[in-house]
Amino acid sequence: MTTTSTSPGRSFADAPGWGKTVALFAACANDVMFPQAPIATTRLLERLGCRVVFPKKQTCCGQPLVNTGYYDETVPIVRNFAKAFEGYDYVVAPSGSCVGAVRHQHQMLADHAKDPGLRRDVDAVVAATFDISEFLVDVLGVTDVGAYFPHVVTYHPTCHSLRVAHVGDKPMRLLQAVRGITIKDLPDADRCCGFGGTFALKNPDVSVAMAADKARNVASTGAEYLVAGDNLCLLNISGVLGRQQSGIRPIHLVEVLASTEEES
Amino acid sequence: MSKKLPVVTSRGGTVEPPRLTPAPPPGRLIDSPRFPAQAKVELGNPVQRKNLHHAMTTIRDKRARVAGELDNWEDLRLAGEAIKNRTLRHLDTYLVQLEENLTAAGTEVHWARDAEEANRIIVGLVEASLGETREVVKIKSMATQEIDMNEALEEAGIAAWETDLAELIVQLGHDRPSHILVPAIHRNRSEVREIFNAEMGTYGRPAPEGLDTEPKNLAGAARLHLREKFLRSKVAISGANFMVADTGTLVIVESEGNGRMCLTLADTLISVVGIEKIVPTVEDLEVFLQLLPRSSTGERMNPYTSMWTGPASGDGPQTMHVVLIDNGRTQVLSDPKGREALRCIRCSACINVCPVYEKVGGHAYGSVYPGPIGAVLTPQLRGVTSAVDASLPYASTLCGACFDVCPVRIPLPDLLVHMRHKVVEGKKAKGGVHTESAIMKATGRMFSHPRLWAAAVNAGALGGKALTGRVKHFGPLPWPLSKWTNARDVPIPPTESFRAWYARTHHEDGSLK
Repeated sequence: MTTTSTSPGRSFADAPGWGKTVALFAACANDVMFPQAPIATTRLLERLGCRVVFPKKQTCCGQPLVNTGYYDETVPIVRNFAKAFEGYDYVVAPSGSCVGAVRHQHQMLADHAKDPGLRRDVDAVVAATFDISEFLVDVLGVTDVGAYFPHVVTYHPTCHSLRVAHVGDKPMRLLQAVRGITIKDLPDADRCCGFGGTFALKNPDVSVAMAADKARNVASTGAEYLVAGDNLCLLNISGVLGRQQSGIRPIHLVEVLASTEEES
Repeated sequence: MSKKLPVVTSRGGTVEPPRLTPAPPPGRLIDSPRFPAQAKVELGNPVQRKNLHHAMTTIRDKRARVAGELDNWEDLRLAGEAIKNRTLRHLDTYLVQLEENLTAAGTEVHWARDAEEANRIIVGLVEASLGETREVVKIKSMATQEIDMNEALEEAGIAAWETDLAELIVQLGHDRPSHILVPAIHRNRSEVREIFNAEMGTYGRPAPEGLDTEPKNLAGAARLHLREKFLRSKVAISGANFMVADTGTLVIVESEGNGRMCLTLADTLISVVGIEKIVPTVEDLEVFLQLLPRSSTGERMNPYTSMWTGPASGDGPQTMHVVLIDNGRTQVLSDPKGREALRCIRCSACINVCPVYEKVGGHAYGSVYPGPIGAVLTPQLRGVTSAVDASLPYASTLCGACFDVCPVRIPLPDLLVHMRHKVVEGKKAKGGVHTESAIMKATGRMFSHPRLWAAAVNAGALGGKALTGRVKHFGPLPWPLSKWTNARDVPIPPTESFRAWYARTHHEDGSLK
């Protein structure tokens, strides 16, 4: 057996994901540090009727290198990504930032390598790559994924999900459909948290000053959970919140969406 | 007298001659410390941080409100981008056309390859036009800041007076501008009052007795102080927001009317303008005169728009010069990607939304152009050889807020990455061993060899297992990890990676075990 349907009594064929095979791009940091997010992605998509495969050749989208200026070193990573996900109709990741990097940078890097064959492969993979929120809303056509999360949360729209991947209000629409949830508005929600990949190491003082602002805004909402679609932004903000013993827990959007009444 | 010479004292030593205008901070901007180092200094100034936060929030909200009013805003942005792209693509043709039309209208055109040549030309023109006093009045201009013209004039024994209120505050404060639109944004009212009280009397009419911190009264003090300079100076120096190629018209957009004073009272007007400031026709201004005020001051229309096409007989300056400066621009133009930065109309919207700028202000950027546009433009104009220039492309989280507000759609995050690539290529060309390059090379190798990466993932889980039960998270760690952990906790790695979980629970075809 591969899946369970969205609700008891409905057949598999009614599930929005029925017949769809999804290649899960876990994203490298999730694979090592935050397996809960890709696990939740797998469980959620299976609950919605999809078959979820994990192409083992996958590594990283290459963003940390290209954003530091190392184009030549990133080209083989792009090549590996295109090979690992070749031929899949849907490549889905629980990360707006990594999806943004694939969508916005892989073609540029293929062109940088002056490799038309790679560009062709990349074009195909890019067209098939989605952030989980986009896949749910745009491809499966669902906003109510049957989730239950009886907690007070606030949502930080990460910069790259918003301004590179362009997920728009999809994460918020998904959250609003979660049963039992209370969503508090985050002041200055769309301001950057100061992570910025290697920025946090190259400009540690500015990065911390920005993270402190974000943490202060998060704390002001009185939420129990800080929700976002990118674990590294959550790592940055919750690192400050944790140091302050704020008691606010970070959680990936997809973990909220995967939560059900039966589990809680 | 043309050049100020050191004065020989009675004891035989020499001292610098007294200055005509307030001395700015010593040193050249290009010799500034790397961005992270100066940023740390600026972060330590709580008054400045408060001033910046307050001012940036206000100006950002204003821009968002007035840009949001127009339902064709995105069309205007696309039009602005298209007009500037066309202009830059045929810049040679438009420049020749502009010169012909400026000359036909009675304006003398001068060409300057770099700052030094520009200053030499300007000093010569001013010398030939001075009245009884050796001074000029200035309209706020980024081009003259870029070439450090005031100091070149000071060297020649000519006082250049800033007449824009904020530039006056900066000049009297022995300071440097920290913003291209609001140069004194790092100052608050009490600081302005202190500067006026302490300095105005040395350089002209003193501040009125009992000056308070009411903006109206501070502006009144500046008005009185400046009025005598306006009336006395025979020469005015301006920049230009736009130059119209097919008519030879110059355009200045300003808020205070000081520009109008300079443009009407002086006998001679010298305009110093970057060669990229061209628009092909007057009709093109329709687009930019909507984009610019809404993007910069957050106004629907700016208070004073001045346009002039050569001298008008018996009215205003009778002698007009335009000094067209390259100063690195053709070098920028030669890079098909980098040249997108030349579309910039100096509105400052990108600076006003930049969360990095808001924290540190403009002085951390070692350039007259701060913020995202400065971080891509300065290293292109000056090259990436100085310490500060090589650090500027990294002075951004790549959050993308700047591109969203740019009225001419400059892809600032992409250009920042592009410039980072140039910095890296420069390092590689120089040779030698760099820690960062070595780490990036090893990381690149790991991420392009799935087996190496899988082994690394396993090692992470082993580390997690070893730490389980001992610690909940990492607190402060040694350098270089301290850069992260000085202020943030880090969770310990989990005991099972995602790929291990998947292999334990799923077959390769996605079916459950």
